[in-house]
Amino acid sequence: MDATSPPLPAVPLDDEGALTKLHPNYAHALRVRTTLTAIPFLIGSLVLETALAGEGLLPKGLIAGTVLVIAAALIIRIPARRYSARGYQISADRLRVVRGLLFRSDTVVPFSRVQHIDVDQGPIERFFGIATLTLHTAGNHNSSVALPGLGEPLAREMRETIRAHIRRETL
Amino acid sequence: MTAPQRTAPVSVILGALGSIRSAILPAAAIAFSGIGGDGRYALAIGVGMAAALIGTGFSWLGWRRLTYTIGESDVRVESGVISRTARAVPYERIQDVSLEATPLARLAGVVAVKFETGAGGGDDLALQYLTAAEGERLRQLVRERREDEAAGADPGTPADPQAPPRAEEAEVLYALTPKRLLTFGMFEFSLAVFAVLGGVLQYVDNVTGVNVWDVDLWRSWLSQSGETVASLGPMAQAIGAVAGVIGLIGVGFATGIARTVLRDWGFTLTRSPRGFRRQRGLLTRTDVVMPVHRVQGLVIGTGLLRYRFGWHGLSFVSLAQDAEDESHVVAPFAQMEELAPIVATAGFDLPDEGTRWQRSSKRHRNDRAVLGSALFVLATIAAAVFAPTGVFLIPLGLAVLMVGAQLYAWHFRRFALSDTQIFATTGLLSPTSRIATRLKLHSVEIAQGPLARLHGYATVHLGLAGGSFAIPGVPLADARALRASILATIAATDYARIDAPLEEPALTL
Repeated sequence: MDATSPPLPAVPLDDEGALTKLHPNYAHALRVRTTLTAIPFLIGSLVLETALAGEGLLPKGLIAGTVLVIAAALIIRIPARRYSARGYQISADRLRVVRGLLFRSDTVVPFSRVQHIDVDQGPIERFFGIATLTLHTAGNHNSSVALPGLGEPLAREMRETIRAHIRRETL
Repeated sequence: MTAPQRTAPVSVILGALGSIRSAILPAAAIAFSGIGGDGRYALAIGVGMAAALIGTGFSWLGWRRLTYTIGESDVRVESGVISRTARAVPYERIQDVSLEATPLARLAGVVAVKFETGAGGGDDLALQYLTAAEGERLRQLVRERREDEAAGADPGTPADPQAPPRAEEAEVLYALTPKRLLTFGMFEFSLAVFAVLGGVLQYVDNVTGVNVWDVDLWRSWLSQSGETVASLGPMAQAIGAVAGVIGLIGVGFATGIARTVLRDWGFTLTRSPRGFRRQRGLLTRTDVVMPVHRVQGLVIGTGLLRYRFGWHGLSFVSLAQDAEDESHVVAPFAQMEELAPIVATAGFDLPDEGTRWQRSSKRHRNDRAVLGSALFVLATIAAAVFAPTGVFLIPLGLAVLMVGAQLYAWHFRRFALSDTQIFATTGLLSPTSRIATRLKLHSVEIAQGPLARLHGYATVHLGLAGGSFAIPGVPLADARALRASILATIAATDYARIDAPLEEPALTL
C-alpha cells in the first residue's frame, strides 16, 4: 500500500505565508517584565559594591556597571528582537505560532484538535491591553500552545472563531 | 448494587503488614545503634509494636471511611479519615481497568483495582484491595457500562450486570515461554546490583558505624589481601583477574534473568472482543486490558546486541500509563514476524519494501558527530598537555568511536509517510521505530536550534496523545512538506469524530 502512496505535495499549502505581527505593546510588556526581573540583580550588585568598597580590590563601579550594562542590553535590545521573531498566522482551520530567537519553533495546531482555549491576562498585560491566547491539545508534546501579545479584543475574537470550529466542547 | 460498598476486610491486615514492614528498619536501627543502653532491645520491640498498632489503627480507620459506589454512569469513591474526598469518574472516561496483585495480596486472594483515566500523574482511581472475583466483576461491569453508554441499549448485552457473559473467546497473540524468557533475561544483562550493594553499604555505614567510605580502612584491607595475592605469583594473579571478570559477568546475567523473570513470568497477550489483555509477573501479577481504539501509536524498540539477533519489543502508546512508563509493553521480546500479527490486530501496518523512506540531513549527521565527540576532543587536548605521555590516546579513541557511532546512526534516522500512517526510526547503534496514525496527531511543530538554522534542517515534533513523536534532522524543505501533508489529513477531521464512531460515538479523550 505504501508503494502507491502519493508523493509529498511539492508546494506546501498556506503554512509558509507571511506572519501577522503581534501587538506593539508586547515589546513594552516584555521590557517591563525584564526590568522587574533585573531590579533584584541591580540591588544585589550595589550591595556587593558597597561591601567591597573598602577592600580596594576592584576599580569602583566595576560590578554594578557590568550588571547595569547587561541589564540595559536585555531591556532595550532583546525585547525588540523577540517581538520581531514572534508572529502568528490564522487561517480557516488552523493556527500557526512562530517564536524563538536562537531556538526557533514553528507550531501549527489545527482547530479540530483543540481541546480547550484560555485567554489570560497578567497585571502587566492588563496595563498594556494585551492578552495571551492558549490552545490546549491532547498531544503530550505541545499540550498547550501559547500565543502572547495579542490585543485583548483580538484575543477574545480569535477565541470565538476557534471555538466555533470545535463542534463539540470537550472535557 | 448502587449502595456504597467497602473494600475487602483483609485490606486492613495487608495495610497493617505494610506499616509493620516499614517499622522493621527503624526498630533494627535502634536495636543496633545503642540508643537507650541496655534496654535498647526492649525499646526497639516497643517502637516496632507501637508502629504496628498505630499502622493497624489507621489502616482500619481508612478502611472504615472508604466506600465505593458503582453508579449508573460513573464510579464514585469517598475516602479520607479527617478530610473527606469524593471522586467520581464517568465510565466513558475510563481508559482501562487494571488488576494488580502483590505476593501478599495473592496469598489473601485479593487484587488492587486501578481505573486509568489518562488524567496524568497519579490522579487515577484505585481500590485497594477487592477480592479477585469482585475485581474481575467490576472490570467486566465497567466495560459493559461504557459500551452501553456508547451504543445506547445494546440488545446483545444482558441487562443484569451481575451475570456478565464470561465466555469471551480470547485469542492468544503472544506468550513468553520460559525458554524465551531465559534468552530475554540474558539480553537484560545488568550490573545494577552493584548500585544496590552500594546503597546497602551506605545503610550499613549509618547503622553500624563501620565507615565504608573510609579510605584508610579499605587500604589496610587491600594491602593485606594485596600482599597475599602478590605472594602467589603472576599466574595466580592472572587467574584471579579472569575469575573476577567471569564472576562479574555471571552476576550481570543473573541480575538480568532474575529481574526479567520477576517482571515477565507468564507474559500473555490475548485479544478478546473487548480489547487487548496483558497478564504478567511472577510474584506481583498484573492484568491490564486496553481497548483497541485507544491505541494511539506503536513503539518498536530493540537493544544494541539483541537487534543483531533479530529481537524486538513492541509497546502501545495510549493515554493510560503503565507503571511509570508512558506506553504499555505488549510483546517485550519477539522476532519481527511475530510482531506483525499484533501490529495488524491493533490496526496498524508495518513498513514494507514499498515504503518510501526519507533520510535525515547529512549535515545533521555531521553536526551530531562533531558535537558528540567535542567533549572527548577537549579531554584529549587536556590529556596531551597535562597527563603523562600516552594517556591522551584514551579520550582520542573514544572521540573516534563516537564519530563512528554517529556516522553509523545516520542509517537509522529516517521517516516515511503512508496514506494513513507515519513511520520514523531513530537510534544510535540500534533502531527504535515509531508508528502513528496521521489522523490521531494533534499538532505539528518545526523546531530549529542555531546550528540547525545554519545548516538547514529541523526537528519535527508531532503531538501524540500519551507519548512523544519527534523526527530529528529533517531537511527543512522535507519538514515543511511533511507538515503540510500531515496537516491536510488532520485538519480535515474533527478529533471528536475519529475515535471509532461505531463503537463509541461519544468523545473519548
